[in-house]
Amino acid sequence: MRKNVRQALLWLCIFLAMGFICMPGLWVVLNAFRPNVAILGNENPLNFSSYTLDNFRNILGLGGIQPLPVLAYFRNSMIISMTSTVMALVVGLAGGYAFARFHFRGKNAMFVGLMLTRAIPGVALSLPIFIIWSWLGLLDTMPGVIMVYLAMNVPFTIWLLDGFLRQVPQELSQAARIDGCTAWQAFWKVEFPLARGGIAAAGIFAFLTSWNEFALASQLTRSPDTKTMPVALMDFTAQFTIDWAGMCAMAVLIIIPALLLTFLVQKHLIAGLTLGGVKG
Amino acid sequence: MRRSWPYLLLLPALLIVALVVLLPLVFSLYSSFTAYRLTRPDSITRFIGFANYVRLFQDMDFWWAFGRTILFLTIVLNAELSLGLGLALLLEQVTRGQRLLRTILMFPMMFSPILVGFQFKFMFNDNIGIVNYILQHGFGMQESVPWLVDGRLALFALAVAEIWNSTSVFAILLLAGLMSMPSDPIEAAKVDGCSAWQAFRHVTLPYLMPFVWIAMTIRSLEVGRAFDIVKIMTNGGPGGRTELIWTLMARTGYVDGRMGLANAMGYISIILSMAFTVHFFAKLSAARRHVY
Repeated sequence: MRKNVRQALLWLCIFLAMGFICMPGLWVVLNAFRPNVAILGNENPLNFSSYTLDNFRNILGLGGIQPLPVLAYFRNSMIISMTSTVMALVVGLAGGYAFARFHFRGKNAMFVGLMLTRAIPGVALSLPIFIIWSWLGLLDTMPGVIMVYLAMNVPFTIWLLDGFLRQVPQELSQAARIDGCTAWQAFWKVEFPLARGGIAAAGIFAFLTSWNEFALASQLTRSPDTKTMPVALMDFTAQFTIDWAGMCAMAVLIIIPALLLTFLVQKHLIAGLTLGGVKG
Repeated sequence: MRRSWPYLLLLPALLIVALVVLLPLVFSLYSSFTAYRLTRPDSITRFIGFANYVRLFQDMDFWWAFGRTILFLTIVLNAELSLGLGLALLLEQVTRGQRLLRTILMFPMMFSPILVGFQFKFMFNDNIGIVNYILQHGFGMQESVPWLVDGRLALFALAVAEIWNSTSVFAILLLAGLMSMPSDPIEAAKVDGCSAWQAFRHVTLPYLMPFVWIAMTIRSLEVGRAFDIVKIMTNGGPGGRTELIWTLMARTGYVDGRMGLANAMGYISIILSMAFTVHFFAKLSAARRHVY
């Protein structure tokens, strides 16, 4: 009997905690389907009869209201995030391999130095980068943003992949070398597949960082050809008013890819956080 | 040849970091000694020594923002740690459906901080926000609470948003720690007559400490993220009551155009962020030595 009460209490606590965790997100998702009149009139949000798809039609330009270039923003975000993620994985894999497999002078200093660059707040960097990029003609270009995100992601990618590669026993690749593989073949055929989970984890972190970044993108991108989704959220704000309905619909478009990707690799995500971090 | 391999492998990483991080840092250090204004590009050559720093040290608004940033970080990090530990202990008890719960738990991590800013600005809105709606319709309150208009409440609202966004990081890492813990020490402690609390305090908690510090280190690497949330929810207002060092810096640089002064602020904020990271990293190393 006492055990049952304990179980019931436990589930009650979990239910409440999960409710608190989900509610703010759900609130935005629900409002993506409510017309602005209902939102501004402070109507009962549980009155589902007023729910429509109009907000999505409007922001995608199907509803007659002058559309925002949302599809262009989505494309920009995808190109920027994907490119910087793939590049961060390649550069990070090389760096992580160097840290996991070699002893060399200045190794620890270099490792800590790389990690510290990650501690610099985006806003503090955005001022000088803004000026230098304007000199180099990189402002408002995709390569300009991609380079910044690549540099942001590389240290963390190296850190995670270093942790993962160290889990892969060195003997395996040595055995492959003895069997006649080149160093590259041994890496590609033996170590790479074994570190796949870590690569997935590092990739998802890099992608989410780029996908969600705002402080730098808001200064480095201007036109519809480069603006990313988080920056585009600002399009829904005027000086004194905010188009809440449109903003919520846009928010849903931002969340969906992040959610899908994270759910697909969530097992690796947890392993990545713990392995990369704790087994030092 | 073999000796140069690690350096060759690291070269791309070092190059990109040098271009995107070190070069701007050198530039911002230089420009923090000039009277650089965005509107007058030639002013970058006007060297004024430590004048920007002297000015900052005398500027009370800056010190308020500085102190408020540290207060904000302290409150937020401690709250996230406590709540994350609570969630991790709760979830560890669950035997069925834990994977689903873990996935739900990570839900807020996927939200862009800027999105979280808009989301909570919406929820805390005094006219149309759900928080006031619930207070009025569920608890019969007459007036609406001006969450983002009152200085003190606004800082609280910001903290809530930031905590919602990042508690999962702690919860997930601590849960991983709890799950990797061998069960023998706890059972031995119980056999020796320890209460549940004593077993937690003297066995579980020390084992978890490396995980606590790794979470702190990871979070301290991104504390500047709070900029997005603050910028959207209050933009430093009302009347500068929620101004953090980052919003003040962005305002000085981009709105007032005083890049030199803003970069001086940036340097101070970078040192502050690094101090947090180095502190937590040192704690992490110490805790590792203690456990392994």
